[in-house]
Amino acid sequence: MIKRVLLILAGILLIGVYFFPLWEIIFYAPQYPEGLGILIHLNKITGLGEHDIKIINDLNHYIGMKTIEENSIPELKIMPFILAFLIIYAFIAAIINKKLVTLTFSAIITLLGIAGLVDFYLWEYDYGHNLAPNAPIKVDPFQPAFIGHKPFLNFDIYSFPHIGGALLGLAIVLAWLSTYLYFIEGKK
Amino acid sequence: MRKLLFGAGIISLSSLLIFGCPSKEQVKSTGGAGGVEDAAKKVYVPPGQYDEFYAFLSGGFNGQLSVYGLPSGRLLKIIPVFSQFPENGYGYTPETKPMLMTSYGFVPWDDSHHPELSQTNGVPDGRWIFINANNTPRIAKISLTTFETTEIIEIPNSAGNHASSFITENSEYLTAATRFSVPIPQKDVEIKSYAQNFKGTISFIKLDPKDGKMSIAFQLLVPGYNYDLGHCGKGPSHDWCFFTSYNTEQAHTLLEINASKNDKDYIAAVNWKKVEQCVAEGKGKDVPTEYYHNIYDETKHIATSEVIKSVKMLSPQDCPGSIYYLPTPKSPHGVDVDPTGEYIIGDGKLATVIPIHSFSKMLKAIEGKQFEKEIDGIPVIKYEAVNYCEVPKPCLGPLHTEFDGKGNAYTSCFVSSEVVKYDYKACKVLDRIPVYYSIGHLMIPGGDSAKPWGKYLLAMNKITKDRYLPTGPELAQSAQLIDISGDKMKMLLDFPTIGEPHYAQAIPASVIKDKVEKIYDLKANAHPDAVKSEADAKVVRKGNEVHVYLTMIRSHFVPDNIEGVKVGDKVYFHITNLEQDWDIPHGFALLGMNNAEVLVMPGQTKTLVWEPKKEGVFPFYCTDFCSALHQEMQGYVRVSPAGSNPQIKYGTNKDL
Repeated sequence: MIKRVLLILAGILLIGVYFFPLWEIIFYAPQYPEGLGILIHLNKITGLGEHDIKIINDLNHYIGMKTIEENSIPELKIMPFILAFLIIYAFIAAIINKKLVTLTFSAIITLLGIAGLVDFYLWEYDYGHNLAPNAPIKVDPFQPAFIGHKPFLNFDIYSFPHIGGALLGLAIVLAWLSTYLYFIEGKK
Repeated sequence: MRKLLFGAGIISLSSLLIFGCPSKEQVKSTGGAGGVEDAAKKVYVPPGQYDEFYAFLSGGFNGQLSVYGLPSGRLLKIIPVFSQFPENGYGYTPETKPMLMTSYGFVPWDDSHHPELSQTNGVPDGRWIFINANNTPRIAKISLTTFETTEIIEIPNSAGNHASSFITENSEYLTAATRFSVPIPQKDVEIKSYAQNFKGTISFIKLDPKDGKMSIAFQLLVPGYNYDLGHCGKGPSHDWCFFTSYNTEQAHTLLEINASKNDKDYIAAVNWKKVEQCVAEGKGKDVPTEYYHNIYDETKHIATSEVIKSVKMLSPQDCPGSIYYLPTPKSPHGVDVDPTGEYIIGDGKLATVIPIHSFSKMLKAIEGKQFEKEIDGIPVIKYEAVNYCEVPKPCLGPLHTEFDGKGNAYTSCFVSSEVVKYDYKACKVLDRIPVYYSIGHLMIPGGDSAKPWGKYLLAMNKITKDRYLPTGPELAQSAQLIDISGDKMKMLLDFPTIGEPHYAQAIPASVIKDKVEKIYDLKANAHPDAVKSEADAKVVRKGNEVHVYLTMIRSHFVPDNIEGVKVGDKVYFHITNLEQDWDIPHGFALLGMNNAEVLVMPGQTKTLVWEPKKEGVFPFYCTDFCSALHQEMQGYVRVSPAGSNPQIKYGTNKDL
């Protein structure tokens, strides 16, 4: 029973991902003691403060970095559907109650999670390496903060999952826990 | 004879040796600092931390309002009110010039004296602060979310608007009154006909409870005395405002002597509720006049002027019970009402006592008709019938009184250069402390309200001399911060002030600081010439006018190359700061412009007008250090000869 409840729980947690940001990147600098922040949601990118995205884009132009524009990131349009697929899958897996279904669910959700991280890494790579050649402040191409803390010029940058990301991670854990329960049950 | 001289010499010499010459330290030794370390701890605000109070000090002859932090005494801002401010373009831009318009035309300067915070139920509420203009009578309103002047109303039939801008307990009205009596309305008469022709007015300016807009509700025509200061009542005296007057002698020349003859002058007690009633009953007259009402719209970033052509006036005879005179020794300056609203203290600047009147005694005297005479329909109440007590031998030259809410009054004494503390109900002096030098006004946070915050007293002095490092003949005025939390007053801090503070107000920082705006919302900017994106920047010719719609953002202008202007054109630069980041203003200045520069805040639009007189290429640049590439934030305007027909061309990062 628990193994099915875990799947339902995972489904519920995944629903939560619609309502919370997946990821946050916070920027501190001597002249920004209050911090600036980017929040990456499933379907949009917003700032921590009302004008933060605009401010970050304005500052980035000094090093020739592209502006962060939702319209140029197609993943933002696709991800809500992928999440819907996963939620339905979770509930169906709970209903069908077969260990192979649960296993494939866990595998798929994990792969999608990893794919998300890889995609994020690649986007950041693109932003940090395709710098305008005539930018007033010349910096070597770089990988922006991926996970954790990374200083850059006058900024201290912290990149971490937000609540949505945590819910996704937790859902993955619950999915594997459920899979494990299915398989040990089989063995007993 | 020789023996006498010899003896005198021995005595003088020996006294000199025994007692020594009086040193400066000895003369100043009373009321000491009580430990330098203690004082330093009390006023030190560590880097990164905030002061406890905002203090607003009038700028006097600079026409501005200064903002300080207490207890550190740090200057936080100078807010332009009645004077042009070349630092940011106030009074130079077409948007702000209307603020300084009056029935006398454009007046670029005034004398700002008495700031007053808006109140709710007798407590300063942090919405607005008001201040009077003494020279060309006006009252200004300053917003406490943007710390900018948003409204100025002129007071007609007035001169020397000194007893202003005092507020009633619930911000119903602001007061104005004439320091200088003049013919009302003005007419060409001999000056010596003062007693026959010169009168005064006491005006009540209504504050709209919803949007705080000011309007002149009514003016009371009063005898030609000098109405000096005022304060409104609280609690039981809520319906009343009190005004000191001097020169009841009605002198028109050498007032120094001729206005100091009478043993007593009057405090005018005005029942504004009664005047309201009389006006509602139709007792007032609409008298033709002309005065300006200027409002700065903070979403349009533009000030507009309205000319008003009549004002409601009443005489005391039309409204019995509206005004009484309370005799007060002698040429009184300040009139201050204690937090309970019962005690009215007249600071008689030439008197040897501080007279305290009782409001309840006044009401009884009115009921019992205890009048000594009537002047122009104004009953003069007998001194004994209204006086509560006279504080004996307080000091020399009392000027202003404020309260700590614990039953103590503090009065500034100009001539003896001290602050005297007394229990006003017991009529007994408790303590005194010297100030340096010749104090004018003193301020306790909330000290003129129904619930003083107390804790500190700021002494604002008129004579500086040797208090700070010398800076030539013209010196900044001095101020001292005094700790009034204990039984004895203790001197904490000494600092110079901007302009001449005549009066001040303070409020706990917590009431205001979280409501203060950081930027102007660009989306909400409704200025007709605002440009909200670089794509919309343009240059347009309209006859002899060229309108440049310019944007500024780190670190460039769009457009930054402009051609097609000729000598004889009137060029309007409409400049919008596209930033929405905190504390990123941009400035704009152009070679040879006969105007100031402008500082434009994020999301704001300002205009500067230029009439080029010579042909050539003229650089402009950002004047406020905005970014690492601030030095690169520049542009050029090409001016062709008069009578030529150059094509308008503009852009950034292209050849025109």
